[in-house]
Amino acid sequence: MPAVSKGDGMRGLAVFISDIRNCKSKEAEIKRINKELANIRSKFKGDKALDGYSKKKYVCKLLFIFLLGHDIDFGHMEAVNLLSSNKYTEKQIGYLFISVLVNSNSDLIRLINNAIKNDLASRNPTFMNLALHCIANVGSREMAEAFASEIPNILVAGDTMDSVKQSAALCLLRLNRTSPDLVPMGEWTARVVHLLNDQHLGVVTAATSLITTLAQKSPDDFKTSVSLAVARLSRIVTSASIDLQDYTYYFVAAPWLSVKLLRLLQCYPPPEDAALRSRLTECLETILNKAQEPPKSKKVQHSNAKNAVLFEAISLIIHHDSEPTLLVRACNQLGQFLQHRETNLRYLALESMCTLASSEFSHEAVKTHMETVISALKTERDVSVRQRAVDLLYAMCDRSNAKQIVAEMLSYLETADYSIREEIVLKVAILAEKYAVDYTWYVDTILNLIRIAGDYVSEEVWYRVIQIVINRDDVQGYAAKTVFEALQAPACHENLVKVGGYILGEFGNLIAGDSRSSPLVQFNLLHSKFHLCSVPTRALLLSAYIKFINLFPEVKATIQDVLRSDSQLRNADVELQQRAVEYLRLSSIASTDILATVLEEMPPFPERESSILAKLKKKKGPGNLPDMDDAKRNVNGSTEHSEKNEGSTYPLTDLLNLNSTPSAGPSLLVDVFSDSSSPASVDVSEENFLRFVCKNNGVIYENQLLQIGLKSEYRQNLGRMYVFYGNKTSTQFLNFSSSHYKMDKAVDPVIEGGAQVQQILNIECVSDFTDAPVLNIQFRYGGALQNIAVKLPVMLNKFFQPTEMTSQDFFQRWKQLGAPQQEVQKIFKAKHPMDTDVIKAKILGFGVALLDGVDPNSENFVGAGVIHTKNSQVGCLLRLEPNAQAQMYRLTLRTSRDSVSQRLCDLLSEQF
Amino acid sequence: SLWIRFILIQNRAGKTRLAKWYMQFDDDEKQKLIEEVHAVVTVRDAKHTNFVEFRNFKIIYRRYAGLYFCICVDVTDNNLAYLEGIHNFVEVLNEYFHNVCELDLVFNFYKVYTVVDEMFLAGEIRETSQTKVLKQLLMLQSLE
Repeated sequence: MPAVSKGDGMRGLAVFISDIRNCKSKEAEIKRINKELANIRSKFKGDKALDGYSKKKYVCKLLFIFLLGHDIDFGHMEAVNLLSSNKYTEKQIGYLFISVLVNSNSDLIRLINNAIKNDLASRNPTFMNLALHCIANVGSREMAEAFASEIPNILVAGDTMDSVKQSAALCLLRLNRTSPDLVPMGEWTARVVHLLNDQHLGVVTAATSLITTLAQKSPDDFKTSVSLAVARLSRIVTSASIDLQDYTYYFVAAPWLSVKLLRLLQCYPPPEDAALRSRLTECLETILNKAQEPPKSKKVQHSNAKNAVLFEAISLIIHHDSEPTLLVRACNQLGQFLQHRETNLRYLALESMCTLASSEFSHEAVKTHMETVISALKTERDVSVRQRAVDLLYAMCDRSNAKQIVAEMLSYLETADYSIREEIVLKVAILAEKYAVDYTWYVDTILNLIRIAGDYVSEEVWYRVIQIVINRDDVQGYAAKTVFEALQAPACHENLVKVGGYILGEFGNLIAGDSRSSPLVQFNLLHSKFHLCSVPTRALLLSAYIKFINLFPEVKATIQDVLRSDSQLRNADVELQQRAVEYLRLSSIASTDILATVLEEMPPFPERESSILAKLKKKKGPGNLPDMDDAKRNVNGSTEHSEKNEGSTYPLTDLLNLNSTPSAGPSLLVDVFSDSSSPASVDVSEENFLRFVCKNNGVIYENQLLQIGLKSEYRQNLGRMYVFYGNKTSTQFLNFSSSHYKMDKAVDPVIEGGAQVQQILNIECVSDFTDAPVLNIQFRYGGALQNIAVKLPVMLNKFFQPTEMTSQDFFQRWKQLGAPQQEVQKIFKAKHPMDTDVIKAKILGFGVALLDGVDPNSENFVGAGVIHTKNSQVGCLLRLEPNAQAQMYRLTLRTSRDSVSQRLCDLLSEQF
Repeated sequence: SLWIRFILIQNRAGKTRLAKWYMQFDDDEKQKLIEEVHAVVTVRDAKHTNFVEFRNFKIIYRRYAGLYFCICVDVTDNNLAYLEGIHNFVEVLNEYFHNVCELDLVFNFYKVYTVVDEMFLAGEIRETSQTKVLKQLLMLQSLE
């Protein structure tokens, strides 16, 4: 077998790497690197032509320097030259450099693509693979444009080498992911499916990935893959371990391929054909049987490989959810793993069982493992395993075991890691509500939650307990008694004070007969907590006091004294002061009848899905990698809305009217290039669209019912848009949904009258574009279905980064961009007064840097910026020349791409 | 759909020995990811699982002497398949470099990329047969 010595082939490189490793300090390292960079630069610039070996060595050194984290701004040309070498090692370094330091310099892209083209046509499998790997690694749109039509031919051609087929399949997969529009289905699709029959298992492995990805997008086109996948799987699982020599890993036959085939089958429902279906069932049974056989090796690799297949088979069984025997067998198998000595297996078993718990066929079987799961909660050392145990207990909970599971979760909560407490609190609250037969148990549970983990009890949770108590008169007396007792504790959590204040304010009369909880005792108890509480809680307590005045005339004077004190009437907080003044006045002038009407008991809340459940769902919502950090950022609505809502955040109004709706969680990426036509025949509203070209916030849509506000922010090629849906009516909107193609529903289905909910859209600019995405909104208002489609103001200029430059640089660039198709010019009449400050603000809002003193004519405006897309960056220069006399403008845009110049000119020229 | 977002090889001190990205990130983001992965992986011990939640994804990792081999995949992807995918890769490296050690990866960084591309491409598992991969690597070696 080959054994490679240190940096063989390139001594100079090895010496340089050693030097770097010997550097004692960062400074020394930088010094050494600068010396090397100077050396390489002089070699590249020198008169003597470098031979291929030297070029390779220097490019490799540059690559090493780049990988250490330093910028490299030269050498690209030399790397491109290496691509056309006919020596493998030189070509390889060239391709590696290109793949690692992708550069969108358009001249180079053309040269690179040319080299790739030659290598693809070379019929040399090694060179073809290098070229294919480069395309697969870079995956840029330019490459897709150049090669997406060629690669399918390579993939299905009869004389293509196996290893090239493998690379071609995955190369195509990458292009399909990055530029699906450029990889159209065609004649080749049918032939790709037949690669599942290929003799070479490496080809089958690569092809299965490709087919799975394509099948997810268009299942109908790849239906025939099901029977082929089942046949292949069947041959693998029934093979003796020596049959598949090269593909047997620690006595397991082709484990990765088996996993991939099982994944592919999860794109489809169970096969309808009976024979096929029974063949698949046999496969799955065989896999389950093998799990029971004694291991063929004690090595963990053996059991891991075997179990990788087993878990994937179980996923398929759960996905089909149609074979009770298989489901129960899967559950029993996982049950054994729950006590396995390998932490990995216990973790995976808990995770997998969670999904089994939701199948009607296996729910009961999962429940039999409850004790084991509870003990996992107490004994597992890895917090992520305990987390899975909590998830599983939650999933297996039903009326029969709810009391025990809730009790176990509560006791775990006392010692649980801070990171998972909030989620456990939500889960306990949901289970307690969902499975409560006896609501005294529910009230006890929630008060326990507040006692044990008050800081983690969110507003939704305590709002909910109040709703339920108000809606169920059988529990009101008990709730009043219980909160009264809980409040006796010298230190109780503020959330308890809130619940206590609210409930006593409504139902304190139910326990007032007992002298130990007479009105005055109740009032003194509440008021003893007052000074330790925050402003919102104090506001709530003041409301409770005025309710007391109505319920118990005998304490009126005492409470009026409190309201009248300076600390209330002159409170620095305007909300508290207002309440004190108003309540005092109300209690003094209103007759008993009026007081009784105004302060009547809260009417029952409409029944609806628990807002806590919605919150838990949101916590689990999908998201995308780059945005996770910011997912918790909560923006309180756009300015025009938050003003309206202020002051009503206190829970005297409908408690479910959550004005501070929590962020809807990150939704999936909105691909601005996905099909943006709206499905229903609704006119797309774009009247306000152009008003957003130079600004990011404001109202995009408004009719008599609904107002939609936007707040957006952009950084490079990514953007985030907060969409606020304000219900202008006093009636609920039901079944509310708002979505863009490919985007998950991420909004509460109900918007209360007068309330507002928020949705977050994440945006990625893949390449330059003209059409904006459309948001489709649907809801029911008073029985009538409303359909609204709004064009979202996502325009190309949103992805500008301003660039400052000197006059000299500007004109140099301006000249470079002098080709006719790079410039777009428009002369147009002013629609607004020609105010210099307004024009400046608009240009800045457009996203470019406004360059002062660059244009010789001080009346003119020039700007510069770079458009960031995922695939490339486009530098843009603009010049706006106003002619005040004629009330006309001339706008000139120069960029390296004609489509960009055109689009930007169209957008900006509408603004003046 | 499911695919590998990135593969990282880091040592205990946090030095990157290989970074292979299968998704577009800008350089700052890459640096942030590298640091975060190091932070979540190095605090774990042998009693922990080889899986750790990471943003909206998960990291499957395995430690060999002072080196952490980490693969970032979707949360619903098959943990054990990647865990053994790492081991398969390490066995190939071990064979190719004849008892591989960290220094081999430093001095031959450009060859490690070739090994990766033979076994993983476009974020997918490309070839799993050690025999086939090593045969191909030997052939390429002979072209030097």
